Amino acid sequence: MSNVLIIAEAFKGQVRRASLHALGAGQQLARRTGGTLHVVLLGKGIGEAAKSLAGYGATVHAADHDALAAPLAEAHAPVVAALARAIGATYVGAAATTYGKDLTPRAAALLDAAMATEVTAFAGEGATVLFRRPMWAGNVLADVELVTAVKAFTIRPTEYAQATAGAAGEVKAAAVEVPALKTRYVSFKEVKSERPELTEARVVVSGGRGTKGDFKPLEALADALGGALGASRAAVDAGWVPNDWQVGQTGKVVAPDLYVAAGISGAIQHVAGMKGSKVIVAINKDPEAPIFQIADYGLVGDLFKVLPELVAKVKAGSGH
Amino acid sequence: MALKILVTVKRVEDPESKIRVKPDGSGIVTDGVNYKMNPFDEIAVEEGLRLKEAHGGEVVVVSIGGEKSATEIRAALAMGADRGVLVRHDGPLDPVVVSAILAKVTELEKPDLILLGKQSIDDDQNQAGQYLAARLGLPQGTFASKTESLESEAEQKKVPGLKLAADGKRLEVLREIDGGLETLDLSLPAVVTVDLRLNKPRFASLPGIMKAKKKELKELQAASLGADLTPKVVVRALASPPARKGGLKVADVEELWKKLHEEAKVL
Ligand SMILES: Cc1cc2nc3c(=O)[nH]c(=O)nc-3n(C[C@H](O)[C@H](O)[C@H](O)COP(=O)(O)OP(=O)(O)OC[C@H]3O[C@@H](n4cnc5c(N)ncnc54)[C@H](O)[C@@H]3O)c2cc1C
Ligand SMILES: Nc1ncnc2c1ncn2[C@@H]1O[C@H](COP(=O)(O)O)[C@@H](O)[C@H]1O
Repeated sequence: MSNVLIIAEAFKGQVRRASLHALGAGQQLARRTGGTLHVVLLGKGIGEAAKSLAGYGATVHAADHDALAAPLAEAHAPVVAALARAIGATYVGAAATTYGKDLTPRAAALLDAAMATEVTAFAGEGATVLFRRPMWAGNVLADVELVTAVKAFTIRPTEYAQATAGAAGEVKAAAVEVPALKTRYVSFKEVKSERPELTEARVVVSGGRGTKGDFKPLEALADALGGALGASRAAVDAGWVPNDWQVGQTGKVVAPDLYVAAGISGAIQHVAGMKGSKVIVAINKDPEAPIFQIADYGLVGDLFKVLPELVAKVKAGSGH
Repeated sequence: MALKILVTVKRVEDPESKIRVKPDGSGIVTDGVNYKMNPFDEIAVEEGLRLKEAHGGEVVVVSIGGEKSATEIRAALAMGADRGVLVRHDGPLDPVVVSAILAKVTELEKPDLILLGKQSIDDDQNQAGQYLAARLGLPQGTFASKTESLESEAEQKKVPGLKLAADGKRLEVLREIDGGLETLDLSLPAVVTVDLRLNKPRFASLPGIMKAKKKELKELQAASLGADLTPKVVVRALASPPARKGGLKVADVEELWKKLHEEAKVL
């Protein structure tokens, strides 16, 4: 039996959408291997969120405990590992969020499991699941086999559909045993935004070094379209925008309906994070910029001129 | 209060090099590809040096790999690290094996702090630090960052982003995570993995390069450390991702709007 355990994640009492994509991946795996699907949610006061996970045909394990209030890998990993053992999980997975990437390898190590990061598909045939994942900044797609008894992974949420509704599952309390911690949680400062979450937005407007730090024209377009803002590493390093706006190999991976890259040259490390977008628009004053090679629609021009014009068009609601 | 810091450096393909898959999918084309230190590891070395400069101590760099990985250790020594350890292993490496070897090196070196990159830019796994922390039962601070711009004055003064407590026993780590900024306080010894926005690594100076040649570089054989070296992540096939068709240029905003509105129908 190849049981599947998905680690879900709640933020401010609500299950993150990325976790529903991970659960979707879990449904695929359970179907393929004939195993049972389980999901675990860890935290403090997560009862309601856990209940909301019960409609996907999985057994929900709620690890609701003071010691788990902070999302510390040191505290969460042993609970995940103990649960994985108790339910006989062969596969342990999560979404490739910062929480998933911090926690899953630590839990995997406790389970003597090997792991695949940012999986985009389950390949191979029959019982041997091959994990398809990008390497070298997305220049290469690898099919890897994990040859340990337990196998761990994180999935790229943009590559898996959300879980589909299934039989109502049971919500159980998970056993929680947390060792004395060597990590003290000092603080969390929420970065609030009125805009949609970058990885979930239908439209993403990203800026690079070409903005020279002035993101106002980009903000105007994002707001006119109800979109999110993103950035290249150059803009992040310069301190113009927060780190979590970074799109790319080492930042966020996005796949919106529309991605607008303004003043971004199109380095492979940036493209790795956005080439799954449905439509890509590039605005750059250098006609030779590599971004134009992958853009569906390229416009050679000054973003400070082009973007306000585009905003005006959007607001007018029609090109005619 | 001096800190003994172990920093890991991996030899990887230069991110500027074009990476292509061999026609038979057995590997990547290495002709004409340059190699260098994993960019995240350069940041780890830099952070180690800053902590040493601020608090005193020793920076030991370790690399696991073939003979050529000595080049990356020398590069870190030229930046200012004190000595190097090359763990020779010519077989395939994955984060499970790497962390098993690093756990053995940690037992030998007994550092107060182990600094790793957040991810290798070849396999893009982002695992080794977390595995190592779990194996050693140590606290972990992954994706360490700072909020100041890398062009700020504090950055120019080479102030460490990781904050050592006055008693030298704890380290404060800022992490930029989904939804906000998290600060953790780790009791030492601890494992920290670094993100790109922690510092701007220094270049090696000419005297630094000269000095590096005389610094100690010890060689160990992975097989003699007693770690399990059997690969656990086995690559079965490599392929090129489907290419994206692009390249169409529009003349002006009017045409762009039309395309988006009428052809792509995204607006
Ligand atoms: C290990 C590693 C990981 C990395 N990870 C990432 C990552 O995750 N994400 C990422 O983005 N990068 C990443 N990078 C960096 C990447 O290689 C590039 O350096 C970076 O993406 C460049 O950012 P940019 O396009 O904004 O800047 P530049 O390359 O400097 O391009 C600026 C562009 O703006 C244009 N421009 C200037 N003024 C205007 C104007 N007024 N109007 C219109 N266009 C204008 C210019 O023509 C130019 O093309 C990584 C690099 C390494 C080594
Ligand atoms: N062969 C190696 N030698 C030294 N350090 C390594 C090696 N492989 C991985 N590391 C370290 O582990 C970090 C994370 O790697 P990974 O989990 O492979 O993405 C890298 O940034 C390195 O600091």
